[in-house]
Amino acid sequence: MSCSRRDFLKQACGGTLASILPVSAFTFLTNEEARAAVANANVRWGFLVDTRKCVGCGLCVKACKKENEIPYDAPITRTWVERYVITKDGKAHIDSPNGGRDGFIENVINGEEIDPENIAKAFFVPKLCNQCDNPPCVQVCPVGATYQTDDGVVLVDREWCIGCGYCIMACPYGVRFFHPVHKVADKCNFCYHRITKGMNPACVDACAFDARRIANLRDPDDPVTKIITTERVAVLKDEYGTKPHVFYIGLDENVR
Amino acid sequence: MKWHVLRPLWLAIGLLVVILIARQFLVPDDFGVHGESFTYNFHRLGNVQEWKDFPVKHLGRESCVECHEEKVAMLDASPHAAIECENCHGPAVGHPDDVELLPIERAREHCLRCHQSLEYPNNARSELPNIRNSTHKRRRECVVCHVPHDPREKPAREKRG
Repeated sequence: MSCSRRDFLKQACGGTLASILPVSAFTFLTNEEARAAVANANVRWGFLVDTRKCVGCGLCVKACKKENEIPYDAPITRTWVERYVITKDGKAHIDSPNGGRDGFIENVINGEEIDPENIAKAFFVPKLCNQCDNPPCVQVCPVGATYQTDDGVVLVDREWCIGCGYCIMACPYGVRFFHPVHKVADKCNFCYHRITKGMNPACVDACAFDARRIANLRDPDDPVTKIITTERVAVLKDEYGTKPHVFYIGLDENVR
Repeated sequence: MKWHVLRPLWLAIGLLVVILIARQFLVPDDFGVHGESFTYNFHRLGNVQEWKDFPVKHLGRESCVECHEEKVAMLDASPHAAIECENCHGPAVGHPDDVELLPIERAREHCLRCHQSLEYPNNARSELPNIRNSTHKRRRECVVCHVPHDPREKPAREKRG
């Protein structure tokens, strides 16, 4: 086969252009933009935790376990409350016995009695699934058993999960665990069976102090959405780029 | 081609066909990408409805008030109004068909969840009416002296001096 220099250059330039053009013609939508373009995009669930209001009663954890049929005495829970006590020497004492299921009724942390005179600050931080916009747990699932619904909640398909545990390792927040009865991965889903019926999640109803609240972030008139969009809120582990949707008021640098 | 080369080839093709046929039966029809992202929306669509159908256990005080109007009214007017009935009585599902299902939580530890003084500075717990478990009526149940439905009241039966 013979080919003149002119033909070679023509074909090379044409081929290069042809391969470049279609790529530059694409625009990449962010998740938010793409979701706004499809139907049923008028709900996006979010959550607001006000750590300043939490008294550490643990009734949210108790209600969650009973509502979602999580074995009561097994060391697993979909939501938990952490206690942070910072002593005057700057040391952080952190505990969450039984996930805070029985509340915090003693001034003893990990077997160490803390003198109240010595405490600089102390607070409780409820934790639950962040229903991330970029959920790493979903990315790693090899079988498509965990996924994001169109209202932003990440669910686990109990029929389809093979229990490999990749998602449990992938979650930077440690909210996933292995369900000992169903033998699958399990986690908080904002009580999907309740929020889709217009009810609050069980933990939100159980909280007597309004420390936990659910929000539809797509509804600008939702009072909780207003707080999230207009007040100073923070998220956990922002640096992971997971875009968590549980927002916190009053987070401390000691909270991890 | 020689027979000994073809034999494993047919075997491989046969296996592939078996796998493809089995896949037709094993993978549900609604399994696929439901949404804009293959990464996050690859799943079995029917599972969304399965989660929506998960049974609700905590029915809220709207369900309690149907029979226990008096108690709910008392609670609503008390400093304990923000506390759900089911926080102390357990989830109402199955009640009243099986009355045994709703135990009443009388343990001191239950009240202490909020009312044990931890002496934490600038903490919401410290703003509640608090006691020290170790010194306050050590062996008595709280409900002997305090009415949970309205903590301002004293129990009617056992008025103590």
